[in-house]
Amino acid sequence: MIRVALPQHLRTLAQVSKEVELQIEEPMTLGSVLDALEIQYPMLRGTIRDHITKQRRPFIRFFACGEDWSLESPDFPLTDAVITGREPFRIVGAMAGG
Amino acid sequence: MNRVRLLVGTHKGAFILTSDEKREEWDISGPHFAGWEIYHMNGSPADPNRIYASQSNGWFGQVIQRSDDSGKTWQPVGNKFAYDGVPGTHLWYDGTQHPWEFKRVWQLQPSLTDPDTVYAGVEDAALFRSTDGGQTWNELPGLRAAKGNLWQPGAGGMCLHTIILDSSNPQRIFVAISAAGAFRTDDGGKTWRPINKGLNSGSELPDATAEVGHCVHNIAMHPSRPNVLFMQKHWDVMRSDDTGNSWSEVSGNLPSDFGFPIAVHTHEPNTIYVVPIKSDAEHYPPEGKLRVYRSRTGGNEWEALTKGLPQGDCYVNILRSALAVDSLDSCGIYFGTTGGQVYASADSGDSWKPIVRDLPAVLSVEVQTFS
Repeated sequence: MIRVALPQHLRTLAQVSKEVELQIEEPMTLGSVLDALEIQYPMLRGTIRDHITKQRRPFIRFFACGEDWSLESPDFPLTDAVITGREPFRIVGAMAGG
Repeated sequence: MNRVRLLVGTHKGAFILTSDEKREEWDISGPHFAGWEIYHMNGSPADPNRIYASQSNGWFGQVIQRSDDSGKTWQPVGNKFAYDGVPGTHLWYDGTQHPWEFKRVWQLQPSLTDPDTVYAGVEDAALFRSTDGGQTWNELPGLRAAKGNLWQPGAGGMCLHTIILDSSNPQRIFVAISAAGAFRTDDGGKTWRPINKGLNSGSELPDATAEVGHCVHNIAMHPSRPNVLFMQKHWDVMRSDDTGNSWSEVSGNLPSDFGFPIAVHTHEPNTIYVVPIKSDAEHYPPEGKLRVYRSRTGGNEWEALTKGLPQGDCYVNILRSALAVDSLDSCGIYFGTTGGQVYASADSGDSWKPIVRDLPAVLSVEVQTFS
């Protein structure tokens, strides 16, 4: 079970109060997490990555296991810690502002 | 008893203000969509319980919300605004060509007859239509064929901010774009023509009377006189008596003819309202006095409406979609400011009161009237 932590605005939009849990199939990649998230929560389509190009929105970051995965490709393989749910996959709104 | 409902979009959420026909006591609900920019909310004339809202921010992009119960509950609907075909390019601030990129929805205009049909004016400028209650959106690409490569962004972006549906002719739609101008279709949106003859933008354009490129801030029409249009341009207040084929200036004795919104009285088609702003460099009222100006002659002769409005040290702006009129017997006028005030007049502008003083900056105000 993969745990995904969403920023506040997307938790509100998806009507979830905390982390969401996703069941995904092989291959377990960064892209497949986002695919599964958008299937389970279709209201999030277009808010994390572009509808058509699937490019990450500029002010969205992906963090996990203390690392920045924002610039990794959709084929980037998830780590065991994320796959087993020991660590969450974090979708973060980039710091911008005061 | 009659009731009115104001749909107020702000930089940090939506607010719904309701009152009876006296318009003295108001109930305020919100913020809805707290923390998001609400560029526009609008109710369906065919089903007033149906409200559409444009919700966006720089991090997470565009969301469209729909309520079927007068704003009590909401559901996100479709937010995929894909330009038809290869989007192409338009003029950029520096005169180079720049790719068309979707940024947000500025205006939602529900059909006059079908609650499931709604138009969306977007940035970068284009017109989209949904016929399934906002679930899916399709561009009306003929608009961008009207010399779109020569359109350019204004300070707020290249936005399609005004959509006017003609109740006497379902095939006719007017739109306005900053900075491209006004456009009209007479065939339901298939083909469009620029309607900017008579506009003069000598300070902003190399060709002052170019066919497109003018920074039109807002246009308004009274449903009983669909041939007559009023326009607040970047500078100049304009009037057309021939469905936009030609325009003439009606700025008259205004203290400044720069401004953003323009509106027409519900029961007096020749009575119009503007809120003068000092200049394009100083977006606040002249002399720090917040004055709505009313012309009962369709322009040229204007009177200042000041009773109840701050007449000193007022440096707010009133944005293009933040002025609206109700349809009660004694016509109500409403506007919101970038300082977070929403002012109401229940007597056609003769006197004003703030409904609320401390909202986030107001982006838009729409009114629904119920009997």
